[in-house]
Amino acid sequence: MRLHPASLFVALGLALPFTAGATEKPVDPYVQSDRNAGVTPIQGDGVYKAFHGKAGIDRIVHRLNGYHHTDPRISDLFHAADDQRLERTLSEMFCYVLGGPCHYTGRDMASAHKDMGVQIAHQNAQIEDLQKAMAEEHVPVWAQNKLLAKLAPLERVTVTR
Amino acid sequence: MRASRICPRSVIPTLMASVLSGLVGIGSASAKPEYVWGGKLDLTRGVSTVDGSAGGGIASWALISGNETRDGIGGTANVTALRSHNFTLTSYAAGIGAWDRYEVTLGGQDFDTGRTGGRLGLGNGYTFHQDILGLKARLFGDAVYDQDHWTPQVAVGAQIKSADHKAILHALGARRASGVDYYVSATKILLDRSLLIDATIRMTEANQWGLLGFGGDRRSGYQPQFEGSIGYLVTPRLLVGAELRTKPDNLRFAREGDAADLFAAVALSKTLSATLAWAEIGDVATLRRQSGLYLSLQAGF
Repeated sequence: MRLHPASLFVALGLALPFTAGATEKPVDPYVQSDRNAGVTPIQGDGVYKAFHGKAGIDRIVHRLNGYHHTDPRISDLFHAADDQRLERTLSEMFCYVLGGPCHYTGRDMASAHKDMGVQIAHQNAQIEDLQKAMAEEHVPVWAQNKLLAKLAPLERVTVTR
Repeated sequence: MRASRICPRSVIPTLMASVLSGLVGIGSASAKPEYVWGGKLDLTRGVSTVDGSAGGGIASWALISGNETRDGIGGTANVTALRSHNFTLTSYAAGIGAWDRYEVTLGGQDFDTGRTGGRLGLGNGYTFHQDILGLKARLFGDAVYDQDHWTPQVAVGAQIKSADHKAILHALGARRASGVDYYVSATKILLDRSLLIDATIRMTEANQWGLLGFGGDRRSGYQPQFEGSIGYLVTPRLLVGAELRTKPDNLRFAREGDAADLFAAVALSKTLSATLAWAEIGDVATLRRQSGLYLSLQAGF
């Protein structure tokens, strides 16, 4: 559903109701923009390649979202999550941030985390789960840290209590 | 509010919590942080210095001890042994880290002079000892999360040290058996380069960390000294690097040199970290160029 006609409205900067995949639940309308990722992408494609491209990122995100539900430190935060949508948008975001040929179509970080009640210990737990998922994809540590360095400052927005 | 959970009917804890929340910069009526246990990322509480505070092995860092985040109060305990050909230095400390902002540690150091004690007329195996109360407060910055600008995590600290054997320290030329070190530390993790960097300035009068007293017959008074660390994150749980710590040279009877080490710090589990180092600690009590193996275990919870 990548060529959804909604993309035309996005290009015009209009708000619209978004329904990307048949199995994703509908969400409130918002303006799509790469800026919603909250960070600028890494230059060059070296790190993107170290993540084994979009396929590698998809595998990492799928594993990470598995940990979201099995890690007792954070599983409560993800009970109500739309897994289809979460994995699609998170994978887009990582791909975009890592300098890959992707656009982020999810909501901005503040609205996406507004009602989750994330504390810093939750954020740290999720980082550990992400490190585990990246290690399982055999992403070298230097490249893992490039992604984490980009994501870290988002803590100011995602951690709300 | 965290304190009101402990004593819900009292107004005072609630007031205290409000004041603390204001100081710490967290907590509001609309978004109450729950009191949660544990939660720091591996190695981000540092390992433990020979002085007992969070740092590398010999350089203090701006990181706060214990495994608690800004939402909790945690504890730390550590024991360290540095063994050279001629002596053994043992240090141990326990303490708390509160809200990832304040650190209080209480510990001691034993300096077993082995046969050198006999040569100095003190007797074989003569052991110098000092107690150290360490206080540290993080002023600003987050070494882990502030990855989009250069501001380091900055902390100030004081170490109140009191050595035994006052008469002998005086005989060796020391002015006093107790003293206070003051320091300011700046620590930064450059995650996109997998580096940890620390620079610390310490105002001190201490001879051999204070074990040989404070001030001396050659020099006396506070002098600024430098401590620095640089480490590479091989994995999220393994940091390898090098450290330097300069020291005053106050006593006539023996020159005092600077200390340096090469270290590997590993998070064995959420609770336990170990540091193995090769340390060169310069001339110590008439012994030339002392070096040896350094092993430290640290628990954080």
